[in-house]
Amino acid sequence: MNDTPRRPSDAPGYWKANVRTILGCLAIWALVSFGFSILLRPALAGIEFGGTDLGFWFAQQGSIITFLILIFFYAWRMNKLDRQYGVEED
Amino acid sequence: MDQYYLNLIAIGGSFALYIGIAVWARAGSTDEFYAAGRGIHPVTNGMATAADWMSAASFISMAGLIAFNGYSASAYLMGWTGGYVLLALCLAPYLRKFGSFTVPEFIGDRYYSRTARLVAVLCLIVASLTYVIGQMTGVGVAFSRFLQVENDTGLFIGAGVVFFYAVLGGMKGVTYTQVAQYVVLVFAYTVPAIFISLQLTGNPIPGLGLFSEFEATGEPLLTTLNKTLADLGFASYTEQDSDPSAIINMTLFTLTLMIGTAGLPHVIIRFFTVPKVSDARLSAGWALVFIAIVYLTAPAVGAMARMNIMSTIWPGGTGENAQAIELDALPPWFENWGTTGLLGWEDKNGDGRLQYFDSDGDTLPPVAVASGSDENELTNFNRDILVLANAEIARLPSWVIALVAAGGMAAALSTAAGLLMAISSAVSHDLIKRSINPNISDKAELMWARGSMAAAIAVATWLGLNPPGFAAQTVALAFGIAAATIFPVLIMGVFTHRVNNKGAVAGMVSGLVFTVVYIFLHKGWFFVPDTNQFADTIEGALFGIQSTAIGCVGAAINFIVAFVVSAQTEDTPQEIRDMVENVRVPRAA
Repeated sequence: MNDTPRRPSDAPGYWKANVRTILGCLAIWALVSFGFSILLRPALAGIEFGGTDLGFWFAQQGSIITFLILIFFYAWRMNKLDRQYGVEED
Repeated sequence: MDQYYLNLIAIGGSFALYIGIAVWARAGSTDEFYAAGRGIHPVTNGMATAADWMSAASFISMAGLIAFNGYSASAYLMGWTGGYVLLALCLAPYLRKFGSFTVPEFIGDRYYSRTARLVAVLCLIVASLTYVIGQMTGVGVAFSRFLQVENDTGLFIGAGVVFFYAVLGGMKGVTYTQVAQYVVLVFAYTVPAIFISLQLTGNPIPGLGLFSEFEATGEPLLTTLNKTLADLGFASYTEQDSDPSAIINMTLFTLTLMIGTAGLPHVIIRFFTVPKVSDARLSAGWALVFIAIVYLTAPAVGAMARMNIMSTIWPGGTGENAQAIELDALPPWFENWGTTGLLGWEDKNGDGRLQYFDSDGDTLPPVAVASGSDENELTNFNRDILVLANAEIARLPSWVIALVAAGGMAAALSTAAGLLMAISSAVSHDLIKRSINPNISDKAELMWARGSMAAAIAVATWLGLNPPGFAAQTVALAFGIAAATIFPVLIMGVFTHRVNNKGAVAGMVSGLVFTVVYIFLHKGWFFVPDTNQFADTIEGALFGIQSTAIGCVGAAINFIVAFVVSAQTEDTPQEIRDMVENVRVPRAA
């Protein structure tokens, strides 16, 4: 490429930041699917949604939409972290 | 034009397309055969993954499950999509960085153990073969219904087409045909759904129509459906069973499907075909976009089909003085599907009408009493016919029915090819190249790879012709094994150095044995009927957990055993620790 030296990379710091991001995303992943859709559905029963309650929507569609947002957020966030810690691909 | 010729054009045209792609995308090296040269664009791979993943079960059975189980079938919707979050965050990028061709190859190298590699190959073959039988029989059924050929003839034609593009093109041929199959599949699934949603709710997007007003009553669709079901004595569509054991089982079942999805080798190897680590993360997102187009539509298809069936049989509604449909007025799809034996009815009270309600409850619904019937007369409704018959139920034009035929075939063939790819690469790469003869040349290995693919297709065809008892147990067996064996060792392989060769083997074997024995205890030993010790219901099950939901417990056992055994034995060697460090960062070392 060119003569400028590569920035030093901080692999351990990168991995810690990555694991923190993963745990945050998985907390939301579990909250919408196991939480809102199943275990916490009775707590959401009062919130009406399209002829039924919000928990039913989360179980049939809301979880899937949340999963999509989570994956694209993670891909975007990791590209940023890759550059920040100097571990991005050539 | 005659329906038969329309079906022939749709199916024949799609097959010609797949063969054309096969000729264009031939594989010249093992790199191309196993990983499509690692040059697939993340969006392209996402589309191929969606077709790879959505099987005959997703296409044909899932909407039927939702239609007849309502809320509780959400476990499938969440389970079969939630696994992609785990894949994108915890597996795909690191396995892509490692750069192996197969899943057992990563397990064997990371745990520096031939035993671990062979146990992984065994789990892969059992899970994938169970899965592939359902696809092969699905092709046979679709052929016999839409082209009136024998089941077996249809199966041979389907296998022949897969043979052509999978043996010639390997992963490269499979990838591009899967992209074409996705396009066929997604149109076949959504076009009828759009028509039906317009008919019932006026909303052209089925996923939104599900929560819109039902035009016939002016109330929300789901409210009307719940009312109709209540009038006829059926369980509510949207309500949750408040029994704690039902809630726990649904949670565990969803979790098992999620981690099983993330651990199925035929899905994981798709992420080996993209050029970069960042592409692997992104590609999982695109895969879920393409899957979600179908999965957000499926709940609408289920609810609307249930509504359509009810209003076909009770044309005047289900109020107190309503009358059921006269037998002479039954629509033609009753006759069409009645002859297949998948739909059955009997005029038990001899009044010339077909009364359909739940007669198993303590009291008869008022509408049944008023119409002078004390027994349900729709004696058989196989839920698998729902998607295939849906276009006919909604009286859609015949080209839509032909499209559904080609779509069902595309769903089955694309998944079959992906599974056969996983099986044949495990045989030629992990057994022959990495275990038996490491000095084999690239050219010779490519020969072996083509040979194993041909053999795998032959075995799958034979199993499709003579389906064993376990063919119907895909959800229990394939997802249980993937969840309890492959998923945990992959996660531990990336996220900790501590687990060593002995820990991994002990973990996998205990997860496998626990899960398989638990399934056999409830479904019969080797699925032989009446050899089960416990009833396969929530109430009758050992530990109160149904056998389909046990995979996540097997996974927990795998994790615990692996950590305990690793703690008691020697440390992981330095070069393996370096390997793990290297897998964790995208930049090449």
